[in-house]
Amino acid sequence: MIQTMLIANRGEIACRIARTCRRLGIRTVAVHSDADATALHVRSCDIAVHLIGDAPADTYLRIDLLIDAARRSGADAVHPGYGFLAENAAFADAVIEAGLVWIGPPASAIDAMGSKVRAKALMREAGVPVLPDSSVESLDEIGFPMLVKASAGGGGRGMRLVRTAPELEQARADAEREAQSAFGDGTVFCERYVERGRHVEVQVLADTHGTTVALHERECSIQRRHQKIVEEAPSPAVDPALRARMCAAAVAAAERVGYEGAGTVEFLLDADGGFAFLEMNTRLQVEHPVTEAVTGLDLVELQISVAEGRPLPPEAVDPPLLGHAIEVRLTAEDPDADYRPSTGTFHAVELGEQVRVDTGIDAGSVISPFYDSMVAKVIAHGTTRDDAIRRLAGALRDARVHGPTTNIAQLRRILAHPEFVAGRLHTEFLDEHPCTTPPGSDTAPTVPLLAAALTLQARNRRAATTLPGVPSGWRSNPAVEQFVELAVGGAEHGSQHRVGYHLGRNRSFTIDHEPVAAEVDVGVDVDVDVDVDLHVDRAAPSPAHARERVTVVVDGVRHVLEVHVVSSTAGGRGTGGATVYVDGPGGSVTLHEMERFPLPGSTLAAGSLVAPMPGAIVRLHVSVGDHVAAGQPLVALEAMKMEHQVHAPADGIVAEILVAAGEQVDSGQVLLTIDDTGDDTGDEHGGAT
Amino acid sequence: MPVVHDEIDERSEVFAANRSALLQLIAEHDEQLALANAGGGEKYIARHRSRGKMLIRERIEYLLDPDAPFLELSPLAAWGTDFPVGAGVVTGIGVVEGVECMISGSDATVRGGASGPAGVKKSLRALEIAIENRLPFISLTESGGADLPHQSDIFIPGGQTFHDITTLSAMGVPTMSIVFGNSTAGGAYQPGMSDYVVMIDKRSKVFLGGPPLVKMATGEESDDESLGGAEMHARVSGLADYFATDEIDGIRLGRQVMRRINHRKLGPGPSGPGRPPRLDPEQLLGIASVDLRVPFDPRQVIGRIVDDSEFDEFKPLYGPSLVTGFAEIHGFPIGILANHRGVLFNEESEKAAQFIQLANQIDTPLVFLQNTTGYMVGKEYEQRGIIKDGSKMINAVTNSSVPHLTINMGSSYGAGNYGMCGRPFGPRLLFTWPNAKTAVMGPTQLAGVMSIVSRQSAESMGRPFDEEADASMRAMVEEQIERESLAPFMSGKLYDDGIIDPRDTRTVLGIALSVVHTNEVRGRHGTGFGVFRM
Repeated sequence: MIQTMLIANRGEIACRIARTCRRLGIRTVAVHSDADATALHVRSCDIAVHLIGDAPADTYLRIDLLIDAARRSGADAVHPGYGFLAENAAFADAVIEAGLVWIGPPASAIDAMGSKVRAKALMREAGVPVLPDSSVESLDEIGFPMLVKASAGGGGRGMRLVRTAPELEQARADAEREAQSAFGDGTVFCERYVERGRHVEVQVLADTHGTTVALHERECSIQRRHQKIVEEAPSPAVDPALRARMCAAAVAAAERVGYEGAGTVEFLLDADGGFAFLEMNTRLQVEHPVTEAVTGLDLVELQISVAEGRPLPPEAVDPPLLGHAIEVRLTAEDPDADYRPSTGTFHAVELGEQVRVDTGIDAGSVISPFYDSMVAKVIAHGTTRDDAIRRLAGALRDARVHGPTTNIAQLRRILAHPEFVAGRLHTEFLDEHPCTTPPGSDTAPTVPLLAAALTLQARNRRAATTLPGVPSGWRSNPAVEQFVELAVGGAEHGSQHRVGYHLGRNRSFTIDHEPVAAEVDVGVDVDVDVDVDLHVDRAAPSPAHARERVTVVVDGVRHVLEVHVVSSTAGGRGTGGATVYVDGPGGSVTLHEMERFPLPGSTLAAGSLVAPMPGAIVRLHVSVGDHVAAGQPLVALEAMKMEHQVHAPADGIVAEILVAAGEQVDSGQVLLTIDDTGDDTGDEHGGAT
Repeated sequence: MPVVHDEIDERSEVFAANRSALLQLIAEHDEQLALANAGGGEKYIARHRSRGKMLIRERIEYLLDPDAPFLELSPLAAWGTDFPVGAGVVTGIGVVEGVECMISGSDATVRGGASGPAGVKKSLRALEIAIENRLPFISLTESGGADLPHQSDIFIPGGQTFHDITTLSAMGVPTMSIVFGNSTAGGAYQPGMSDYVVMIDKRSKVFLGGPPLVKMATGEESDDESLGGAEMHARVSGLADYFATDEIDGIRLGRQVMRRINHRKLGPGPSGPGRPPRLDPEQLLGIASVDLRVPFDPRQVIGRIVDDSEFDEFKPLYGPSLVTGFAEIHGFPIGILANHRGVLFNEESEKAAQFIQLANQIDTPLVFLQNTTGYMVGKEYEQRGIIKDGSKMINAVTNSSVPHLTINMGSSYGAGNYGMCGRPFGPRLLFTWPNAKTAVMGPTQLAGVMSIVSRQSAESMGRPFDEEADASMRAMVEEQIERESLAPFMSGKLYDDGIIDPRDTRTVLGIALSVVHTNEVRGRHGTGFGVFRM
């Protein structure tokens, strides 16, 4: 019987595994890197072991360190979670060799499914339908478009879609390199690509007594860059007959490799109801909670039970299918900026009470550039799909996620999209309906801007030590309005607005110098202690992270907003630098208070190219003196396991290169400078620039 | 605690009449402020902006701590003269990096920022306030120098500007000049005499003689930048301590200086935040008499400006035409002297003299709420020594050394103006309600006196008295005196520090009290005598 479980993972999945262990009375051991020392998963476990370093290769991927951690902490079992070493047969072997219980399938099954090429061969033997691929079929038989896939690993890394023959070579090379870097195995293969296919997978569970069952399907068609972001069970495209066929194929696949424990067989479902095996994930899936919701089972508990040698219980052998469940993945990345990863500190993480939340972060959590960008999952369960959609949309609308940019706005838009609501899903859904911030939506959000300006002025007055009791912005001659400049959205692709205001007897407000239409009444909620901030109630006691409730009435409509101000600088006199999160029934807006007095020199020299995010330099495509054309990739940067290119903004000549391959860079760090090609005296650059 | 009892009936005719008339006067005052704010007019504002420059009030707005107050002073200077309203200068008290400062700057859209006689007076008044209250002084400099055709009214008095800046410095009060444009000839001593000088690249021009004058004097060919550009002064002459890239950067540097002046106020701080009055300040508009013959109870005003409407009256039964007592405004303790029913009699004068001595004994600032027609005349009062008693009061006011703040709520006539700490008696700050009048006596009385005198003169010389001429003379004199006693006229002559909306009285006094506590607050005591019981 397992007494102490080492969870060889981090983030939300480590927290989720710990939760079941705690319920079952099993003591938990967390492991953590330097950057994760205070992470939520560490706090969710009973014991923690420090793995020195940050990079996964130094920490969460070090089999020797993990076995040692288990030994030192007295663990008798190891749960690998997903990702990292979850599908690493050598790790499974090492765990078992160390005399510990391995929560996962036998190493042989991992091995068999670990190579997609080999797995497909086995499936062909077992009579499970597969797509033609380059291991068997010729490129002509496969045809375009085709997908270049890494044989190892998963999660969309080392994957490239190729539509025409000339693209193939480059795509192969890129995929090989990415696969080598991500999985240590550069093997790739080409497979027929099914346009507008649906990703439907079946959860399987096998005990050590020869019972293998399917726990129905999940649909995970909404993906970005081949990574799932919305998953649901059951699939709106699967009827009972199809379900029965797919489940049978999945059980056959699992049995073929002698599977034990929880696993997932992934299929591609075409528009005609035909399906083909994609791969098998020999681990717990990220999206397992939707299956748990509709079956009422706890998959982690069942994994443990199987590992302890118990037969599957009756409720797992004949699982119910109750209602409908949908999961969204909250990621720290910006869909409006090509899914650029974001880093930094979360100041508030509240994802709702009427839904299941599997999170790896809470207020105060820091997102480092070293690991996956997924930070939490929100799962809603309803009697019908519509019911689940509405519950989930409601939870996301009321969510408070303050900190690095996340995809929450995109998730809200997906859930509201008519095609999604209609259940017409396919893997190119987001290519057709990006659900990013629509163009033209940079019009000033009047109500949040006013709420932010009012809150900031109230905070300024509260912090004032001189003449604190005098009304805010009082003027004997109100000639010029008070103002604050706020940027909406990200610092680069957002819009900037100036909110002007007089708070005297003749109140007035302007946004970008235009009077705000209709009457604006900010005096509805009266602050009880200070008359200067008549419109702001203090909701939380801490001045650094106080939440305020602001009431703004525009055009007779009363808006109650929650405003959360986070100051980057302590003790400033309100001259900029604060981040303002405004949440209300109309949604959430993040505003950045512009620096009123930017330091000279803080603006970059012309032609400087900066790192768009923290990360490591993978490659430099150019050298000093090279002529470059606008749009040409110059530097490849790896961050959060994704490769990002920095492109030339205009034609020019590379004047200076300030970084080297392998170097870790910070967001905003200058990588290289480019002289524009306006004049020919290209050798004049030097110390003077 | 005794709280002022609300005796105001909002439905009364008097209240309604006062309120509507006062609102009208406030609107008229706002029009005059708009004139001052419009500076040199659209054309010059457009030209100023086309050079990428901010208007003076915009510069001040940037300089101030966000959402902190600004008390502009003498905005109607030069009202009623040939010079533009505001006199082309903006002065006021504002908070910069938590420090209450005197801020002064020329409006370059008005005659290139050149100072006229009223502008000089206004600047000097600002410096005087800075010296009396130890306020750090920030000059936002951009001035073409003296308005030369009026040099005779500027040259001699204007020199005091430089004298006063360095006086402040010697007192240990930092001074700073941020030079936004021209500061040439005599104006060059503005930065020259300042403790800290910020100059702005390509904008600041500071030299004694420009290229034409240099050419005339020595034949040397030169240009603005080499004679007085910011970079030259920052790198070569050393006149500039800080070199800014643009206006906002100049203001940033100015704020940086103020952050580091290690500012300490010499007076005590407030006892607490100070609760707002229980009675509604909005009602002050219905209380203040527009017809000055109608008296009003100053307690109803006090109850609307002091903390929690709490007022501890001193000697309420003695000399009831003058209300005296203690209260707090924004947490600062004050003694109040307020006229009731206009006239100061013997008892009122003695009560005032005693109360002023008491306030000095306990180092408590005094607030004078004026609404007086002066000291009582007539046989009975002369025989009871009204001159002696009035003199005691004026003596006490003169030699009192606690800070005085004066609000003219209605009339300020005759020697009553002196006894109630009018301008000649040096209150630290003096503000006027829009309905108020100030003169040696009321227009009717003055015209009547003149008429009686000329009638007597005609009689004594045996000449027939021309009734018709007398009537027209009386009308003319009445009209002139009335006009010259009005608030804008007094403001125009710098006889007050500004006209304020009565509803702002508490705020203005709150700022003023904080300002006076920047200096030591010490009454006249330890003179060897105790307080004289009168």
